Amino acid sequence: MTETLLSFEEALDRFDPAMGLEVHVELNTASKMFCGCSGEFGAEPNTQVCPTCLGLPGSMPVVNGKAVESAIRIGLALNCRVAEWCRFARKNYFYPDMPKNFQTSQYDEPICFDGWTDVEVDGETYRIGIERAHMEEDTGKSLHVGTSGRIHGAEYSLVDYNRAGIPLIEIVTKPITGTRERAPQVARAYVAHLRELILALGVSDARMEQGSMRCDVNLSLSPAGSGRLGTRTETKNVNSLRSVERAARYEISRQAAILDAGQRVLQETRHWHEDTGITTSGREKSDAEDYRYFPEPDLVPVAPDPEWVEKLRAGLPEPPRERRTRLQQEWGFSDLEMRDTVGAGALTLVERTVAAGAAPQAARKWWLSELARRANEQGVELADLPITPDQVARIQALVDAGSINDKLARQVFDGVLAGEGDPDQVVESRGLAVVSDEAALGEAVDRAIAANPDVAQKIREGKVAAAGALIGAVMKEMRGQADAGRVRELILEKLA
Amino acid sequence: MSTDLVRSTAAELADALAAGEISSVELTRAHLDRIAAVDGPVHAFLHVDADGALDSARAADERRAAGRPASPLDGVPIAVKDVMATRGLPTTCGSRILQGWLPPYDATVVARLREAGLPILGKTNMDEFAMGSSTEHSAYGPTHNPWDLDRIPGGSGGGSAAAVAAFEAPLAIGTDTGGSIRQPGAVTGTVGMKPTYGGVSRYGLVALANSLDQAGPVTRTVLDAALLHEVIGGHDPLDSTSIDQPQPALVEAAREGAGGDLAGVRVGVISQMRGEGWQPGVLARFEESVELLTKAGAEVVEVSCPTFVHALATYYLILPAEASSNLARFDAMRYGLRVLPEGITDPSAEEVMRATRDAGFGAEVKRRIILGTYALSSGYYDAYYGQAQKVRTLIGRDFARAFEQVDVLVSPTAPTTAFPIGEKVDDPLAMYLNDLATIPANLAGVPGISVPNGLADEDGLPTGFQVLAPALADDRVYRVGAALEALLQQEWGGPLIAKAPALEGDR
Amino acid sequence: MPDTPAPSPGTVTREEVRHLADLARIELSDEELDHLAPQLAVILESVTSINEVAAGDIPPTSHPLPLTNVFRDDVVRPGLTAEQALSGAPEQEQQRFKVPRILGDEQ
Ligand SMILES: [Mg+2]
Ligand SMILES: [Zn+2]
Repeated sequence: MTETLLSFEEALDRFDPAMGLEVHVELNTASKMFCGCSGEFGAEPNTQVCPTCLGLPGSMPVVNGKAVESAIRIGLALNCRVAEWCRFARKNYFYPDMPKNFQTSQYDEPICFDGWTDVEVDGETYRIGIERAHMEEDTGKSLHVGTSGRIHGAEYSLVDYNRAGIPLIEIVTKPITGTRERAPQVARAYVAHLRELILALGVSDARMEQGSMRCDVNLSLSPAGSGRLGTRTETKNVNSLRSVERAARYEISRQAAILDAGQRVLQETRHWHEDTGITTSGREKSDAEDYRYFPEPDLVPVAPDPEWVEKLRAGLPEPPRERRTRLQQEWGFSDLEMRDTVGAGALTLVERTVAAGAAPQAARKWWLSELARRANEQGVELADLPITPDQVARIQALVDAGSINDKLARQVFDGVLAGEGDPDQVVESRGLAVVSDEAALGEAVDRAIAANPDVAQKIREGKVAAAGALIGAVMKEMRGQADAGRVRELILEKLA
Repeated sequence: MSTDLVRSTAAELADALAAGEISSVELTRAHLDRIAAVDGPVHAFLHVDADGALDSARAADERRAAGRPASPLDGVPIAVKDVMATRGLPTTCGSRILQGWLPPYDATVVARLREAGLPILGKTNMDEFAMGSSTEHSAYGPTHNPWDLDRIPGGSGGGSAAAVAAFEAPLAIGTDTGGSIRQPGAVTGTVGMKPTYGGVSRYGLVALANSLDQAGPVTRTVLDAALLHEVIGGHDPLDSTSIDQPQPALVEAAREGAGGDLAGVRVGVISQMRGEGWQPGVLARFEESVELLTKAGAEVVEVSCPTFVHALATYYLILPAEASSNLARFDAMRYGLRVLPEGITDPSAEEVMRATRDAGFGAEVKRRIILGTYALSSGYYDAYYGQAQKVRTLIGRDFARAFEQVDVLVSPTAPTTAFPIGEKVDDPLAMYLNDLATIPANLAGVPGISVPNGLADEDGLPTGFQVLAPALADDRVYRVGAALEALLQQEWGGPLIAKAPALEGDR
Repeated sequence: MPDTPAPSPGTVTREEVRHLADLARIELSDEELDHLAPQLAVILESVTSINEVAAGDIPPTSHPLPLTNVFRDDVVRPGLTAEQALSGAPEQEQQRFKVPRILGDEQ
């Protein structure tokens, strides 16, 4: 199962990677793509179903107009052309989580096609071509019962169709070439950028860990400089930004080793294993796989009115690039600070934290240091930490008010992330407020002076720098819950 | 009138109910008794819902008593083809694979019947998934033609046609994908109407070929068909292909036509629908009917629709393609039959699917699924399905050109009268030829009616006269159909169905 | 829609029928194959006639009536209860449809 790998560097000496990224985005419409069932996440099994999304005999689909609108807005944001006329098509294949044994999708008439979008890696801009963005429906969810818990070796499966029929937009890039050793980063940057864009459009909550945004990574290698396209593998369900980068990196090393050994890369789908960071062989793409696409006869064509499309175009949010430039100016960030913020996927978070009243630098500091560290430890996206920009802004406000200091603030983060409630509740319940009781503070200072006569003497002689030792002693006694500045003042007064 | 309750037309029954001369319970019970008496040998019904029908009959009588009938047909019982989803009533589509399935929802047509107060007597027999022209392809045994129990009642809606012809129901619902309402009407001496595509909701109609299917009335008179059509027709937001505009005045058109005056109506005889392959007796009755229309003041001309000769081939590419995909959902996972393969311990879902679909589908269904899979499979699409869709355009253009010259087109409904059961059951091509005259209307989505127009000299069996009109002009077929019906009944001194032989169980 | 070149239409071998049945998830016995294959060949031969009928510039008709843009408002409507949804299930467990072990991958 573990395969021989070529080091990433060697691999790139000998081969050029070409990538294609397929991203499925679950729309956050109230109802499903073709029926009035709710698409709410996490409901009791088979409680959000109807004859249509269960594929009962006789049932029929009716297109959700809001989903069409979202598809067009996504397409426009990706500089796509919008079809004047297009149809839904049936993709026929048998699978138990698919109620009709065909997926209502689009085939050679996608609603949006031929677009592009720019992503930045290490200050360099890469233009990613967009092949198409089309509408389709999601499938049900299978629970595999058996010793393994995985699909393979399961004894039987239990299917819940709540997810069946939820609107999906599938966004497919054109082949991404010429990215060389940056290929994995470009892949990650593209998905992060797409996610940012989707969130800005407000058409999906794009939560990769919940599967409302899913990424397939197609990757192939060709001999360096040959310009040919090699045999590609399709790594399915790579569901975090980190994994997108890691999976691309892994496939480059794996395929390079195979080609280097003079063997052929199998055209197949591969499974990504978050835990071990490797891909394993899945279904081989054979010619036997024949989806028998044909136009969905229960639906009529979609012909978006040009005026409508223009109205949607006019209503698009500011493009990410312009937005970044504007925010950088407003916040007075250096290029480096800005790049880190974007790279960490923290742009919108910082923006919302600033909007909630925090100073830009403070907002950046918390998200990129404290919170980025924790996200990394837990292997989740920054945005998926259980803390809101408002809460971060509130914590900073408490610091600014002097009621807590940075050290205490970290404990407040602990509390909020641990689900102990809002910052103020945490401060309250953990008793984290700094002591502003002058008397208590004064006594602590006196004790510190008494305990360290020689240090006190130095200070009396004007060696103010020595105050640090006494401050430390006081802070220690107050278990950090004191305003260090005020302590210093008191010490200097008393020893003046 | 209780003795001939079951022989009265729906219109007469509606009047009697309105006048308080009869009750719906009385009427419904009379039909249930008739079913009990004659359906053994006829086998028009797959399921009879006596209790449900009598409950709705009681409710109908209460509404009538309160002076608030739900519709002109409130309390008039009806039979429904088993291809329509009926909440809590078995719906099998004549297939083993759906044996015992109780839909948790009503088809829109069924919901409208319930709202209009028509008691549902039961579900009628059909060729499996409506694939056939004889009802011999039902997994539950064939339906027999009341005119001659050794012969087929047509198909796929042979059950509905036979139920109406055998006076087991005054009204029935049929569905017509290539003639399944009209051809059974022709061979059982009853009236069958296929509305304009999109005129009647398909929601809850288990799809055979989505772009061709259309539900419609199966009755003994043209007026009854119009009355039923107005109940079930009209826009349905659950069917994306449903026409979003008011229906023409159908009952009014039928009443006007019954006056027998066709002055100024231009009638086109389709030249491609006569000649060899057509039973002489069928053609003889057809020519006489055309004569009657001329006498009634119609201008009759011959019209050529050259691409109609390709309609059959086009149909047998489009239908199996759509059907093969529609029937994929019958996989033993969510409802219906589940068969475990023999000799395999711990079979996989895929193996269970294969075994179930082999055991649950009949030969004709398998033939068409494989044919459709072929027509759609990669490499063949353009040559078959794609090409068929283009020929479909040409057939539509032939209709358009024809309707520039005439108001309606006419032809015999079916090339022959009812043939003996078993004669063509394993000869697909011969079977397919029964729909020669009816298929073009489905491909173009235009409305068509079949009206009984006599008995063939060779065998004394019923023949049918088809009237086609442009899309959305369903009123025209009712007007011309009613006129022909009236003129013929003047000659016969009564309805053709009165000449049907008595069935054992007849009082 | 698929773009792979068309094998000579109008013919179908026994093996092709087996492959098609496989695609359609129908287990066919040899007897059934022997019976079906020739019938399909005959039917295909008769329908192949339309190959020459329509020129390339003829637009296809996928619907008899040319409707477009039939949309639903994005509002939630009550559907079925889990009991109703599962009422026809051959087997169920934990309010889910119980199905035999699944081979192969999701697409
Ligand atoms: Mg897809
Ligand atoms: Zn639903």
